[in-house]
Amino acid sequence: MVNYIHVSMGTGMVALGVMIQMRAGLVSFGQGLYFCVGGYAAGMTAKFLGISDLFVLLAIGVVAALILSAILGFLLRRYREIFYAMLTLAISMILFGLLSSTEELGSTDGFNLPTPTYLGWAPTGEVGRITLYILTCFIAIGCAIALNRFLKSPIGYVNEAIRENELRVEYLGTSAHKAVHITYMLAAVVSSIGGVLWSLVLGHVDPEMTNWTTSGQFVFVSILSGIGNVAAPLIGTFILEIVRVYAVEISPNTWQMILGSVMLLTIIFLPKGLWSLLTRKKKSKPQQTASAPAAGE
Amino acid sequence: MLTAIAITVDGLGFAAWLFLSSVGLTLIYGVMRILNIAHGGFYALGAYSSAWAIGLYATTGSPIVFSFLLIPLAALIAGLASGLLVERGVLKFMYGRDEVLMVLVTYAIFLILEDATKLIWGTESYVAWQPAFHFGTIDVFDIPYTVYKFIIISVAIIVGIALYFVLNKTRVGKLLLVVIEDREISAALGINVTKFFTVTFVVGAVLGALGGAITAPEISVSPGIGAEIIVLSFAVIVIGGMGSIGGAMIGALIVGFARAASVHLYPPAELFSIYLVMAAVLAVKPYGLFALAESRKI
Repeated sequence: MVNYIHVSMGTGMVALGVMIQMRAGLVSFGQGLYFCVGGYAAGMTAKFLGISDLFVLLAIGVVAALILSAILGFLLRRYREIFYAMLTLAISMILFGLLSSTEELGSTDGFNLPTPTYLGWAPTGEVGRITLYILTCFIAIGCAIALNRFLKSPIGYVNEAIRENELRVEYLGTSAHKAVHITYMLAAVVSSIGGVLWSLVLGHVDPEMTNWTTSGQFVFVSILSGIGNVAAPLIGTFILEIVRVYAVEISPNTWQMILGSVMLLTIIFLPKGLWSLLTRKKKSKPQQTASAPAAGE
Repeated sequence: MLTAIAITVDGLGFAAWLFLSSVGLTLIYGVMRILNIAHGGFYALGAYSSAWAIGLYATTGSPIVFSFLLIPLAALIAGLASGLLVERGVLKFMYGRDEVLMVLVTYAIFLILEDATKLIWGTESYVAWQPAFHFGTIDVFDIPYTVYKFIIISVAIIVGIALYFVLNKTRVGKLLLVVIEDREISAALGINVTKFFTVTFVVGAVLGALGGAITAPEISVSPGIGAEIIVLSFAVIVIGGMGSIGGAMIGALIVGFARAASVHLYPPAELFSIYLVMAAVLAVKPYGLFALAESRKI
């Protein structure tokens, strides 16, 4: 059970990255890119420089994602809707192709990561597992809180306005491009943190991390859980992990079919995701009618 | 010199295959504004059913020439059945939803179709080399090529011309262009928009299945080919401008030649050369080469 939570924390952070972009109406079909960048940056630092300190690896993963997303942001911020989805997908597939054909990095097999150390302290076995687990939890919750603050900040609100009507945002004198750029970079950073932690838990990275099917699953989680709250993607990933594990157990060949059906049913019956089950109960009547037209958009 | 010829012929071969696999996708997007990820599923269904039918046919010992007929037949049956099922069964209830949400709906359908093929045909791979082998090879400047490659190229050209003719020269095609221009007005004028949608989707599905069926003799059909073709098709139609048949043709040629060039000149680049080209084109022309300008709505 602890292992499920642990793994889903890592991927959950990537789903968080997808979710904050979705707030702006942008669906990234290539968020696996930063998941992979984080994982590979950490892995390569450990492999070539022999550093296994968790905090150093995290910092390197974040820096790599920041640089890459700052550059790519200039290209991506011009695109909306389906083109954004397509272009993010294309870029992540470039990395997939690059990594798959790089022999030094194990091509399609990837390579292994060492057990992380913490500022000189090198716990092994059970203690090491639990330490990493607790740290992952703290970091994931920290990221969620930070992103929650971001969504409540002016730029966070501009994102929602972009989703509703971008032209009006520009008429109001705010740069939609800048807001999208910042959101994209933030999403990249969380995703890379998720990538670093996930790879350290599994002790392995491979190009599959940036394949579009992986990215598709992050989008799936964000749809399943909804974009109502930062906690939603983390819980959603956990539910997905459970669904996946049991689906694979019940029918190894058709778990994708089960996943697809769950996804279809969610879109049909819960257009705003699982989180809407909670808010529906919590919200008082007048507020609900106020938000109803937005739901129909 | 030899390399140049090899790149030309291989590029054309790739382009024909890409065009056949992606033209259905661009057609569906052009008419219905649905980016149909399930297209990869149709492709896989077509490939599997054609490989399976040819394999079955070969065991009977009948003349191989007729096995060619099985390819369009398999594509037609697989495309018709799955296309109708998906459109009437699922998509019908989703029209009018957000474009991006439709991507996810078709992604879910893709996942279901993937496993449906696994359920029907198992996880082992199928090889149906007989038709490709039957006609033997032909030498182009001392480089042997299978005649089958040239058959695929001709089929792609025929499909392209047929689509152009139907869209531009017939009454149905003109009505379809009206539907694309303005859905609501055409419905108000008495055009049966729903029927156009169903037919377009099924035609798109059949074309996708044909792409798979015709390639089946050249490759080993195994799980995962659907996921592979879908990103390639995206690259093709995004480069050309989504929804444009001519764009799909140009996109297929660009991607086909890029791939052939990287195969012959620098093999490690094969996997990502396509996406590199795509990113380069999009950086210059954000909505593809032949995309129509759309007005921003306030």
